[in-house]
Formats: sequence, structure tokens, C-alpha cells
Amino acid sequence: MEKVFDVIIIGGGIVGTATLDRLAKYDLDCLLLEKSDDVAAFSTRANSGIVHAGYDCEPGTLKAEFNVLGNALLWKDAQELGVKHLKCGSIVVAKEGQEDAIAKLVEKAKANGVEVEVWSRQQTLAFEPNIADDITMSLYAKSAGVVSPYQLAIAYADRAILNGAKIELEAEVTAVSKQGEIFEVKTSKGEYRAKVVVNCAGENGAPVNDMAGAEHYETTYRRGDYFILDNTERKNINTVIFPLPTKAGKGILVAPTADGNVIYGPTAVDTVADDTASSLASLDEIRRNVPLSYKNPTFNKCIRIYSGLRTIIGHDFVIGESKVVKNFVMAIGICSPGLTSAPAIAERLAELVTAKFACKKKNDIVENLPENKGLLELDEAELNSLVQKDEAWGRIVCRCEKVTEAEVVRAIHSPLPATTVDAVKRRTRAGMGRCQGGFCGPRVMEIISRELNIPLDKVRKGNGEDSNIAVCKVGEVE
Amino acid sequence: MNTICIMCPMGCALNIEEHDGKVVVSGNTCKRGELYGVQEFTHPKRAITTLVKTADGSVVSVKTSALVPKERIFEVVGKIHELDVRPDAKIGDVLAKDLLGLGVDVIVTGTAKSGVPR
Amino acid sequence: MGNLLYDVVIIGGGPAGMAAALAARKQGASCLILERDVRLGGILNQCIHQGFGLHYFGEEMTGPEYADRFRKLVEASDIEVMLESMVLSLTDDKVLTVLSPKLGLCHIKAKAVVLAMGCRERTAGAIALPGSRPAGIYTAGMAQKICNIDGYLVGKEVVILGSGDIGLIMARRMTTEGAKVKLVLELMPFSSGLKRNIVQCLDDYNIPIKFSHTITRVVGSPRMTGLYYAPVGKDRKPILEEEQYVSADTLLLSVGLIPENDLLGGTKVELSRITSGAVVDENRMTNVDGIFSCGNVLHVHDLVDNVSHEAEIAGESAAKYALDKFENQGETVTVTAKDGVRYSLPQRIHKGEGKVQIFFRTGDVYKNCRLIVESGDDLLLSKKCQILAPGEMGSVIIDKAKITGDIVVRLEV
Repeated sequence: MEKVFDVIIIGGGIVGTATLDRLAKYDLDCLLLEKSDDVAAFSTRANSGIVHAGYDCEPGTLKAEFNVLGNALLWKDAQELGVKHLKCGSIVVAKEGQEDAIAKLVEKAKANGVEVEVWSRQQTLAFEPNIADDITMSLYAKSAGVVSPYQLAIAYADRAILNGAKIELEAEVTAVSKQGEIFEVKTSKGEYRAKVVVNCAGENGAPVNDMAGAEHYETTYRRGDYFILDNTERKNINTVIFPLPTKAGKGILVAPTADGNVIYGPTAVDTVADDTASSLASLDEIRRNVPLSYKNPTFNKCIRIYSGLRTIIGHDFVIGESKVVKNFVMAIGICSPGLTSAPAIAERLAELVTAKFACKKKNDIVENLPENKGLLELDEAELNSLVQKDEAWGRIVCRCEKVTEAEVVRAIHSPLPATTVDAVKRRTRAGMGRCQGGFCGPRVMEIISRELNIPLDKVRKGNGEDSNIAVCKVGEVE
Repeated sequence: MNTICIMCPMGCALNIEEHDGKVVVSGNTCKRGELYGVQEFTHPKRAITTLVKTADGSVVSVKTSALVPKERIFEVVGKIHELDVRPDAKIGDVLAKDLLGLGVDVIVTGTAKSGVPR
Repeated sequence: MGNLLYDVVIIGGGPAGMAAALAARKQGASCLILERDVRLGGILNQCIHQGFGLHYFGEEMTGPEYADRFRKLVEASDIEVMLESMVLSLTDDKVLTVLSPKLGLCHIKAKAVVLAMGCRERTAGAIALPGSRPAGIYTAGMAQKICNIDGYLVGKEVVILGSGDIGLIMARRMTTEGAKVKLVLELMPFSSGLKRNIVQCLDDYNIPIKFSHTITRVVGSPRMTGLYYAPVGKDRKPILEEEQYVSADTLLLSVGLIPENDLLGGTKVELSRITSGAVVDENRMTNVDGIFSCGNVLHVHDLVDNVSHEAEIAGESAAKYALDKFENQGETVTVTAKDGVRYSLPQRIHKGEGKVQIFFRTGDVYKNCRLIVESGDDLLLSKKCQILAPGEMGSVIIDKAKITGDIVVRLEV
């Protein structure tokens, strides 16, 4: 309890990790508190992974501002950090009679400073042959694309740690109070103190504000369900295909993922906090809607469904310092385009925070992460020299995604260690393929058990003590 | 009693009753079904396969050398779980003889994970 | 390892791979088995229950014992085996790129290749299982591996979706190891598993099975706490008004097996949309000369004994092909399944001498029906069948000399 951090960030989603990454470059003592077993554990791991161009945000809003700034920064960060990304552009497709809606988007794009083109059916077809038959035009934005959102957050976290920041996992914040100028943050893991607190708590952004006595906000939640298709389907799509946006959001899209799959979704179902359970009705809505923009969808090639939650506060992001609690900074209500905006939000928060300290940038800043190539990215000579040094490079654990034991071990011992099957999955893709861990799951469990020296029945799927996969030895059921 | 015949994919629903000391099977469509019905009624028996733990935390699969009365399955499994086995046990090794006086032995059928040479 | 050129390279060291290698070696071919696991045997190593070998060896044995019979024969032969070896790619020229801890990445050239990679299980994702995605949902085969090989149980209160054989077997395994299996749900009005398993794995332990039912949503996070299920209508869509709840910490899925042919992406091997395996002739050769297929990677079998027999055909043919002793000449006819027969195999047969066995599976349960095999305008066979079910593969033997044209296998109900 003696130690006082300069900054505590609450929440290890994309905004929290990006902010930690920016702050870690300064001579500040920074700590990030995350309630789950890993960063990127909630909305950051379950969204569309789209890097939006920014043409559809209401001009003048924070969303418009940060989306456009964030787009450029995100492409740069992904490149620098070696995170998979694909600047494949996006199209909004429209039918006869929807010309006005496209024209409105063009106006917004102009106001937001986003380059777009209106394409005829022929132009669109040349770029994306599988658009639905009655699509007559589209709005193309070349700055859009896709990124692996959780890998980006993990990379931010790793780099921040290498630059000296700390991350405490499984530390759920239960109270935030202020003793004089110092914040006391109570968590499920212990108490921490800091001069500045940054609220990046995602779903729990408003509750954390309430704990600290800062501005109170009403929050609503909207769930989006998705299908992920086998990577065999990737060849059938080139770009991100949106329908025309509605009040509920950007609509049900079809998109490649940075890792080479295809997604269909999301829906927009009004719901409560914590609800990420896909419903039959919502899945059916995707089945009905995809064919409206995309011809011959292959739902039978689905390898997984998932859901994410949008946390909505009013019509815009809430970003800035509290007017009630001094040195309490927040970035909450970061729904879509939150992923794209995150790097820009992080820079804004870093400016706000660093201005409070007489701090300067460190001398030896780590810009690039250590070599992080997977089997598929290595050439033959590289691979063979690795196998010679360590046999684990020759041992495939995940046959669908071609992940070796060495990559799993590396993930377990990475700067932010992966200690659960899901955390390993997000870093290595072991279990992300068509067998969904049916074969590699037990192998990954075995490796985690060995590397962390814990019994097999203590190896967990993800967050929570009771997410262990094996529950007891045979014949030892109480 | 009622049961389903397993002698072929037909899966005839058998009704088996005892009349004056004689077991009568109905619902079957063939002779094999009748024989099965009588067996199930008089003394149903099952093969048992389970696991025995090694001292190093591995498991070895085992079977009973012959069928055991169906109603004693859990008792037999419980008794087998009490046995010990070396990780280098070989397929065919006899771990216990005449288990519970049933006249069946416990035979090793597999190799422990830790016993697989690497 | 000496040279990297073999007459026959067999991909997969399970029951199909071992039987194929032994048959190929018997013909005098030099053979290499590439196995990704640390030992031969494949999925048999985790199938510790009885029920194997009655047809092939004339005695009933467990999976590991069945595998061991073949393993001993392979070890006694001069068939080379590379363990922990994963084939990363295969070309039509039969060049294999293989990764292993001992040799790193290496390239192997084969005169003939036998595909024997087996199958994988359909997953919760593949069936778009609705609800939450907590710990506690596994394929039956994964639970079987963790139980029988690793020695751990994946749960204490279990529901099983699907009545495939692995699911039924796991219902009994979990029960005898102390878990409570509460319910088995099957979407179809019949089981896709063997009758014997319904009786001895479910009825013996009073485990109820509900046909024409499915899961409407899984609940609980981070661990499953239960699930809702409902009967389905004729369209197999759940009737939500009749939804019921059952508490459980584990859901095992036994909802289908899929031949694992992902490796064929780099080849021109034609795949059947129905079996998801290669299209083959009676020698089990694919449309690419010198690439053969057998076992569960060709089509999903219900008895390993049939896998061994089929693999011997493929192995022997592959060896003959590699050694230029192959008599695969002459015109071929196609074999097509129709009217209730979901698929038949082989899909192509050469005209000529001798007999050929055609395997088939129906799409539904048919009682007192007639199986018809026609060639051109001729009736080759008409056989009365008391029952045909999707869970049990059938077969007929026909005389090649009688083939006059394309063959149709169909049912008259």
C-alpha cells in the first residue's frame, strides 16, 4: 500500500491497452487493472474487427473526429507491432431507390474529410463479384479494412510491459475513492494507489464513474451476433461489404478477417450488461439479411458463432477529464467505431495525463515487439534452424491453423503471459480453426499444465476459477 | 421386463416374462431375438472397461477378462479403481485375478501416456 | 532415415494407415507411414471400450488392443514410421512436405500415396449452437481423449447432444467413472448410432434419450450451468413454446464426423459433396493417378473392421501402382446412389473380371424395403431388406462381368 502509481488505467480493452502503450513511453509509473484472465477479454475480442473509414459518423462528433484520426494511426500501429491487418477497403451497397442515402454518406464523408467514391454496379462487380443481383451502386472507401482487434490489444499490452508498465489481471475494481490528492482503487486482488485514474472500463465505464463519484451516465447495451466461416471461404470475398447504415448501426456486414476467415454479422439486439449469448432469432436475422447484399452465402461453412456487446452512452463517446473529480480521466461509451478510434483516443488521453506531470519520454523506448512469426510466416531455412535449436518448432499442436508447440510455449511466456486456453488461442490461433480445438485443446492444456506447473484440472478455458476444462481425475468425483 | 433387441439394427421391442418357470419372449421377429431376450432376462452380463491410475498420474485402460453380471457393474468398477498399475504395464498383463470372486481377471488393454517412448 | 523416395507413403498411422501399409509392403513396395501422434493407432488408442475386431479377427477386443495387433505387425515389418510428423502439403506429383521435431521440414517423394487421415468431429460452432459459449462444451471425442488418455473427467452433470456412437459410448464412460449423464438429445427421429450402444450405454444406466429434440440455448458463464431444449417440428426447427430446462455443467456433442481432407487443397483430387471424402474407383484410387484413399478420410465407417479391409484394398493397389504392376485398365462406369440411398462407394468401377463390393448408407430408416442395383438397363441385384438404417453401413457384392453400363444403387420402399 506504500506505492503510489502515477497512473492507474481501469480496463484492458483496446482503449485501455492503447492508452497504457502510449503512457508507457513516458517516465511514468503506470498500472493497468483488468478483471479478466487476459486483456481484450470482452468487446475487444468480439466485434467486427473493421477499421472504419469514418464516412458515416455524424460530422462534428467525437466519433467522427477520432475515427478519422484513429484510422491512420491504427494502420501505422498494426504495421509497427506486427499485428495482422488488411487494408482491403469497404463498400456500402445500395439498390435502386437508395441513391439519396448514398448521397448523404458522400456529404458526411466530405465533412469528415474521408475520401470515398461512388461506384456503379459494373465498377462494384469488378472489385467484388459476389454482390447481390439487385445491387445497383456502392460507396467505396479505400482507407477501410480489417485488423485482428484482440491481437492489437495484446500487442499494445506486450509493448507497454516491455516499456515498463504493469498489468494486473484478474483484478476487478470494486471501489474507487480519493484520499486527498491520491486515488485508492480497491480490487478483488488488492488495493492500489495512484495520482491519476483513467477509466477505460468498457461495459463497466458508467459504474466505475459512479464508484469514483464522477459524472453519472445512463448506459444501454446492444448485442451483436456473428457467424465465422472456415478459411476456405476467404477466396469468395475481397472487401468489407456493408448494407446502408440504419439508426441501430452499420448493419449486417460480410467481411474477410485479418486472419483469413470470413464473418457475417452483427445483429443489433437491445439487451443488458454481460449478455453475450447468441439467440436463435438473432442468428436467423443474419441468415435472412446476408443474401440481401451478398450472393450465395455459405452458412454451412460456419465454424463458430460469437457475440459482442456495444456499450452505448447517448449518441457519442465520452472522452476527457471529469469536471467533478480532479485527475479522473475517462474514455467511456466507446462503441462503434471504437476499435478504429482507440489509437487516437489513447493519444488524447495520454496528452491529458502527461500534462499533469513534469514527465518526459524515456530514452530507450521499445517500438517493435520481439520476433513473433508463426510457422506459416517462416521460410524453410528459418524453420529448420529453429527446429534444430528447439524440437518444439517441429511439433504441430493445432493442425487446422498449423501452430507449433514452440508458439504455444512462447505465448505462455510472452510479456503478458497467456495462462488459459483462450488466451493461448488469441495469441497463436491454436483452436481457431475448423476443429475448434477438438484435437489441439487437450494438447494445449497439457502444455499449459507443464509450463505453469499446475495439474491438468487447474487449466482453465478462460476467465473464472470454474472455467477449468477437466474437473477432476477419473474415479474421483465427489 | 421390456428391452430392445441388439442382435441387428431392427431393434425389436422385446417383452420378456416368466410363465410357470418358463421364460417367454415376445416382440421378437427372429430366433436370435428370442435367445437374446432369454439371456437378458435370466442373467444379463456386460463387458467392463475402465481405467487404473499409475503412481505417476497417468492412466492405463483395462477390461474384465469375461462378462460380469450387469447389476454388479459399479461394484466391479469401484474395485478396479482401487488397483495400482505400473506405467510400463504391457497390454495383456493381468492386474488382478478372480475379482470379487466373480471368476474374472482384470487385463491391461492399453499403454499409459507416460509409458509411450518419445 | 535413408532416402526420401518411397514406393508408397501412407498419410496417417491409425487403423486405415497401418492396414494399408501392411498390404502395400506385402506386395513388395517400400513404405513410409507418416503419423502426427506420438504413437501409431490413431483414435483407437482412446476407444478403450469393447466392440472391435469381431469381423476382422473373429474376436471381440478393445480399441487399443485392436490397434496393438496392427502396431506389432508394422513394427515386425520393415515399414518405416515417422511419428509426430505432420504433412503440411501434398501435390498431384506426390511430393509431400512434412514437419517433424526430428527432421524439421523435409520433402518426400512417393510413387503412390495412400490417404488415411481419418475424420474430425462436427463442433458446436459448426451447428451454430445458440446461447453462451462457456467452459463445459466439448465434442465427445475430445472428452473421450481427456478421460481415457489423460485420466480426467470434463464434467459431473452431463447432457449429450446427438446420438452418434462416440456420444453413446461417452455416456457410459462418464457414468461408470462417476459422472451423472442426465439426458441425450437427438435432432432426428432415430439414432445415428448402433442399437447395441443405445441399449448398453443408455438403457443399462437409465439414461433417457429424446428423439426429435434439440438445444435452443446454452446458459451459464464462465462455466455452463444448464441448457434449454425443445422438440423440433417436421422442418427440424425447435418449437420454442415447448422449451424445457435442464441443469448441467457439461455438454458433449456427437453430431457428426467429417473426413479430414483439408490436405487435398493443393491437389486436383475430386471430393464427393455427400461423403466429404474423395471420389474413388474399386481400387480406392482417386481421380489423381497414384493417390488412394481409405478409412474414415474416405467415408465415415461405423466398424473399424471395415476400415481395415478397405485399407488393404487401397494399400495393395497403391503398391501395385508404384511397382508398375497395376492393372487398372479398361472402361469405367459410374456408381450413383438414388431413392433413399444417401451414398454408395466406390463411385467408379472398371469393367472386367471378378467381383466388387459396393458399400452404401441410407438417408433414413427403411423397413421391409428392397435394395436394387442396376447396370445400364440390366438388373444386377434385387435384395429384400428387413431394415436399413443410416447408422449401419450396408454392402452388396456384384459380378464385374455383368456390368453393362453405369450403375445405380437405389431403394424400393
